[in-house]
Amino acid sequence: MSENAAKATSTEVRDVVIIGSGPAGYTAAIYTARANMRPLVFEGAVTAGGALMQTTEVENFPGFVEGIQGPELMDNMRGQAERFGAELIPDDVISVDLNANPKVITSHDMVVLAKTVIISTGSQWRTLGLPGEERLFAHGVSACATCDGFFFRDQDIAVVGGGDSAMEEATFLTKFAKSVTLVHRRDTLRASAIMQERAFANPKIKFMWNTAIDDVLGETTMTGLKVRDTITGAVTEEPFTGLFLAIGHDPRSDLVKGQLELDDEGYVKVASPTTVTNIPGVFACGDVVDRIYKQAITAAGSGCAAALDAERFIADNEGPHGEAPAVDAVPAAGQSVESLASTH
Amino acid sequence: MGSTTPVTDDTFTAEVLNSDKPVLVDFWAEWCGPCKMVGPVLEEIAAEHDSIRIVKLNIDENPEIARKYGIMSIPTMSVFVGGEITKSIVGAKPKAALLRELAEFV
Repeated sequence: MSENAAKATSTEVRDVVIIGSGPAGYTAAIYTARANMRPLVFEGAVTAGGALMQTTEVENFPGFVEGIQGPELMDNMRGQAERFGAELIPDDVISVDLNANPKVITSHDMVVLAKTVIISTGSQWRTLGLPGEERLFAHGVSACATCDGFFFRDQDIAVVGGGDSAMEEATFLTKFAKSVTLVHRRDTLRASAIMQERAFANPKIKFMWNTAIDDVLGETTMTGLKVRDTITGAVTEEPFTGLFLAIGHDPRSDLVKGQLELDDEGYVKVASPTTVTNIPGVFACGDVVDRIYKQAITAAGSGCAAALDAERFIADNEGPHGEAPAVDAVPAAGQSVESLASTH
Repeated sequence: MGSTTPVTDDTFTAEVLNSDKPVLVDFWAEWCGPCKMVGPVLEEIAAEHDSIRIVKLNIDENPEIARKYGIMSIPTMSVFVGGEITKSIVGAKPKAALLRELAEFV
């Protein structure tokens, strides 16, 4: 391709390339660096550090008695990976050929070849999919309380969602807002007990239960929400000048779609409890595989597993003297993740 | 070719509105994580492109201009041509995506 002609292309085949840089990617980098695999990590141009870069206090990551700020935790993991020789590239991967041997990873600036690839691309926040939401994004509608909370000083605003991130955003936003109303479709929260209690105890936080949002109102700035009572069906308009989205995340798997097996929601399928995907030498970890837990510590744990899986894959395929992989050691194309689980 | 320069409420008219070249204003703040990530990308674009000036406005220190232009989310990157906003980009984006959005100016 002519576009690639100008890119830095090395003929060196790396042991491992890691795509993504949250707790999963950096932990995989720490482990593979310590195993002398000289990992190359594509951190993402503006997503480096992952979802925790937009959080405040992280209180449930073991080892930090008093808690730690999300961005600081990620800086620490990054520094730890660097200390052991991980090569960190603040760029996005735009395409991959995972079936090739060696595997080909292409970013905006370079083309890299690798024996193994660890996918840790994480997730992206979900939108409601309403016309007003798109029109008023950045004019009242936001997905980042720590970025935009400042603009809603002394205003009445809403947070939509029922999980830990919704509780965290609502609690954080009370520093600025006059009131924060949590709008939730059901009458119970998914959030952890401690986060719920904190929200219930905050006098600035109100709850709007059994409520769905039908649209976001306002022409150039947000003026309110059109909401529907999910039990009675009654539709009302409520005045709010801000809406923060905290309704969960979708896996960021577009890069590997068509190559890796995905489930119906787009999560990469792995042969649990390993990180083995349907393509030999490709491993996946963190939020891009995790439809259940989605915690910093579970992401870090699966990043460690991916590193160990990659290390073992190279050892198994090269033998004790670094020989070339035996062709018949490669599972047949089309072999499913489920059948790989039993052979692993 | 150059680097990004800071502007303030006081210098905004001279540096941005009266500029004879298109000016991209990066509305940012210290406490904004995504702003810190897009900062180096804007530096690179400033170093590589002469057809547009890139300036940074700290919204904490310069609330007047941010309020005047209704900035409610950062980073917001607005391109001013002849004193008017002709394009606004909201949120940190990778370099290639920013350059695509700025294609008519660079």
